[in-house]
This record gives sequence, structure tokens and C-alpha cells, in this order.
Amino acid sequence: MTSDEDALMLGEQAFRSRFILGSGKFSSEMMRTVLEHSGAEIATLAVRRANAGGAENILDSFPPGIRLLPNTSGARSAEEAVRIAKLARELGCGDFVKVEVIGDSKYLLPDNTETVRATEMLVDEGFVVLPYMYPDLYAARALARAGATAVMPLGAPIGSNRGLLTADFIRILVEEIDLPIIVDAGIGRPSEACAAMEMGCAAVMANTAIATAGDVAAMADAFRLAIAAGRAAYRAGLGRKLEKGAEASSPLTGFLER
Amino acid sequence: MSHWTDRAPYLKTMQTIESGILDEVLGRVAAYDYSAYGEREVRAALAKDRIGIADFAALLSPAAEAFLEPMAAKARLETRKHFGNAVALFTPLYLANHCVNGCVYCGFHHDNDIRRARLGGNEIVRELDAIAETGLEDILLLTGETRKESSVEYIGEAVKLAAERFHLVGIEVYPLNVDEYAYMHACGADYVCVFQETYDPVRYAEVHTLGPKRVFSYRFDALERALMGGMRTVNFGALLGLADFRKDAFAVGLHAHFLQRKYPKGEMAISIPRLRPYINNATENSRDVHEPQLLQVMLAYRLFMPFAGMTVSTRERAGFRDNVIGLCATKISAGVSVGIGGHGQDEEGDGQFEISDPRGVPEVNAAIKARGLQPVYIDYVRV
Repeated sequence: MTSDEDALMLGEQAFRSRFILGSGKFSSEMMRTVLEHSGAEIATLAVRRANAGGAENILDSFPPGIRLLPNTSGARSAEEAVRIAKLARELGCGDFVKVEVIGDSKYLLPDNTETVRATEMLVDEGFVVLPYMYPDLYAARALARAGATAVMPLGAPIGSNRGLLTADFIRILVEEIDLPIIVDAGIGRPSEACAAMEMGCAAVMANTAIATAGDVAAMADAFRLAIAAGRAAYRAGLGRKLEKGAEASSPLTGFLER
Repeated sequence: MSHWTDRAPYLKTMQTIESGILDEVLGRVAAYDYSAYGEREVRAALAKDRIGIADFAALLSPAAEAFLEPMAAKARLETRKHFGNAVALFTPLYLANHCVNGCVYCGFHHDNDIRRARLGGNEIVRELDAIAETGLEDILLLTGETRKESSVEYIGEAVKLAAERFHLVGIEVYPLNVDEYAYMHACGADYVCVFQETYDPVRYAEVHTLGPKRVFSYRFDALERALMGGMRTVNFGALLGLADFRKDAFAVGLHAHFLQRKYPKGEMAISIPRLRPYINNATENSRDVHEPQLLQVMLAYRLFMPFAGMTVSTRERAGFRDNVIGLCATKISAGVSVGIGGHGQDEEGDGQFEISDPRGVPEVNAAIKARGLQPVYIDYVRV
């Protein structure tokens, strides 16, 4: 966990942990363990799995004190995302919503155009909106203009555990967008979560990487530590790292007459 | 308009749509020679991150039978990546068993002397309520294939009753036109099951001796019409063992592949029924698909289409079903009765086939949990 003066601010709310737990792939029993070990204070919740009174109510698996971040998975258009978000609010999940609009059943890549539209509509409705997006600068700017609270670019295709394939583009968002940048999908290892944090991302979300680990609790610990380390490194200011070539031993501009 | 595969002309009620998928699929299946694939191609396929059509062909070949273990390991990873620990539960409800088709392998065959029945409105409510009691939220409504006893209006009313009680409603009825699928969707149905049975038109003609089902192309295009009508998911497959199962499985994969390309928002779901004993004809079965072949097909489907849902039939024994969830299957039925009625009241009509896993919802729920997986009753929000 990061120290209190380095809180993650989302809307009005401050969080000490910079790890967001995706919940789609856990069993309810596993969820508590993972929340405990990862230190996560925010967990996503697929509204489509949230059962109002059925046999296996996923809402029951979240301990008190966890901020639920309902997502709009299943939405294929902005309008559908808005309807799901409203349903989440009715279910008592609060005003936070992670917008997911996916129009491809094969690769599950987010549709940025619809995501921007959904964000505009949901901000108007008073939601705290965290949109999941493909890391495109123009779309990120449009989301910021629409009133998004954070931007959640994907690191790699959902569930792929491929790491930060989009690192160079996420870095551009970190530089150009004045909102928390939260890497959402693709993180497969703690080292990748650490790298995202070093880069200046505000938080990291993971799900599959922990759910499919051999020892789920130990992997949750590892993510907690990696994220804290990456954040600490970012705050400390990374030392000089030469991108190309070597440093000349004598000054290149020493010939100037001053 | 008729297609060369059809053994009966289109009825006036049957809609035709512009689609190249049928010719694309059948052309590739005709050219598929699985004996041309050897160990080298199978190993190459297994080494890849993305399984293409040629790899899929190799994984369905006899040469791949020796690689079930590595295929299973890779399939399990893909399943976990795409579906996590979730296993969806559902149950079918048979509304009626009247049928005008003559499918030689089916208990509902028009000429079979079985008890025919159709549930009325009150009976449907009783059945639905009894199923809802079990906690299930996903129901598949089935009828035999006849527009007379099971009219579009009748099915639509049943869908409405089901949608009041269940989060997710699917239909497995005769193929419909686009406007009729749109009507079913408006009534509350969101997924459609249509099985081509076999993609071999010659064999198809042999085993479908009567009725509108003899129009092969109208049935083939049903999935596309369902997606055009606004359905979210299409669920399909071949009845393995009816013809050359490797070619049929290849056809199913291609069908899904080209449908998904044309309708990227549409969700593909595959079922893998194989021939089991059925009423009035309990002995005939010369094209058996044994468990290893069945599993090979399932694993090849999973590797080729990691994104697709996969339903495991009650025709399979509990021990098989419990082991394929988490490995490749993502959806499992529970508390199944294949007769007409049988949930909230006594069975009125005979069943379509015999089931091999009679377990109820609590038992299946427990079996899923025992494997460290998560039973999911709802994975869907209607929007």
C-alpha cells in the first residue's frame, strides 16, 4: 500500500491501494482471499453477473469497505452501456462505473467511439466514469473532455496475459492526459504491473493473472508488492537510463569559445 | 430459390437471404483431406498462439488423436483466459414434441409412435415455476418442428412467460425468418439453437426423409437470420456420428468463423451432441464417436475458437461432463427432463433421446465447485 499522502484520487474518493481487482474470473471463496492479500480497495463487478436474489449472489462475496466498480460488460453500444450502468446503480453499487463497450465477440476489443458516447451520457447522469479503452490519444482526449474520472487503456487483449504490448501508447497518455491512467487488461505478471507503475500509471487492474496462478493468494501478494515498488520508483524519479549509444567521455560542446 | 444441397423446394413461407457462407463452408469442407495431416502439422499447430483454419484442420485429423494431452493442456489455458473459472448452468424445457420432419435418428420422428403432447399456458407456467425454484436463470425452450402445433405465436407466448421468470431465454425450434426471430427477440429470447446435424448434403438427405428440414440451405442460413433478427447468441453444432465426424466438426468451426466475421457482435456458442440410443431404435449406431474422438473435437473447437461458448450435453455421462468443464466446456445443463413436462408435473409426452446425466441443480452445482470452478447462474443482462 502506498502512503496516505500519495493517495489515488478517483472523483472525490481517495484510495491507498493502487491495485484494482477484476473479479470476473474468481470464485466467490477465492475473492475474499485475493482482496485480502492484494490489498485492493476497489473491485470490479460485472453487472451481468450480479444476481438480485438468485442462488449465487456475487455481491455477497465482497467484504464491506470495498469500493465496487461495476462494469458494463455485455454492452455493445453506448445506449446499452448506459442501461447497464443504471441497473448497477439500482442494485446499490453506487455511482462508480467502468464503461466497457465491446462490439467484437472474438477479440473483445473496446469500441472507442461508442465508449466516448457512453461516457458523455453517463457523466450527464452523474456517474463517476472510468472508461476502458484502446490507448488512442484522440479518444483519450475525447474521454477527458466528456468528463471521465480516469482513463483505462488496455495493455494487451483481455485475458491474454501478454503484458504491456501497448506500453509506448500508454506512455503517451500518461504524458498528455491529466487524468489517472489505469492499465486495465493484459497484465500477466507482477513485473509488468511494476513497469506500468514506474511509467507513471496511476493504478493497475488485473484479474486473469491472479485467477490462473498456481497459488492465488501468493500471487495477490506479489502484485501488491510489485505495484507498490513501481509506484515508489516513479515517485523517486527514475535514474538516467541511456536509450541509445554511449555517453561521450568528454563534452561534445567543449570547443565553443565562451 | 433453391440451393444445390436442397432435396425439397423452398416453401413459400421460407425467406432467402444473400449469403456466401454456405458455399464458402461447403467448398472448404469438400477440400478437407484429414489424412493429409501428420504429426508435424499437429505439433506446429500446438506451438502457435493463434490457431488458424489449417491448424484447426490438423487438430481434427486422426494424427492429432495421439496429442490429446497437450491439446487438453493448451485448451484449459485458453478456457481459463477467456472464461476464468465460470461455468454457466441452464436447463432445457420441452414444450411440445409434435414434428413434421423425418429424422431417422430422432425420437420425435413424424412416423414414430410416441406419446405426443404440447404444454398449454398453465402447464408452461407450472413447469417454469418449478424450474425457477431450483435457482436456474437460463432456460432453453424447445419444440418439435411444426408450425401447426407449435406456431410462432405459441412459442412467442412461451418465451414471454419464460422471460418473466428467467434472466436468459433461448429457443430451439424450427428455423424461422428474420422478422420471426426479431419477434422472438422482442418477446424476450436472446439466443437461438439450430443444429445442421450434418454438413454433408448427401448424408443429410439420407437421414432427413421428410418435411421442410429437407431444405438444407434454409436451415443453414437460420443462424444468420437469427443474428439479423437481433439475437445476441447463436448456438449450433453437428450431431457427431451421423456422417464423417471430422468433416462435420471442421464445418462447424468454419461456420462459426465466417459468421463471426460477418457479424462481429454476434456471440458464437457450440454444442457437441453425438448419437446416443433413442426410443424405438436403441441398437443402430454404426458411426460411433467414442469419448476420445468427442474430446478431440471439443479441444480442437476450443483452440480454434477460444472466444466461443461450449455446451456439454446431458447425453454424456457425469464423469465426462465434470471433467470437460474448465477444460473446454463453459456451459452445462442440470436437472434435465427431455420429455414434455416432467418438472412441475408428470411427463405427458415422450422424450427425444435418453440422457446419461440425471443430476439435479444442487448436484451439478456441487460438482462444479468441487473442481474449484464457479457455478454461474447469470452472465447476462438484457439490454
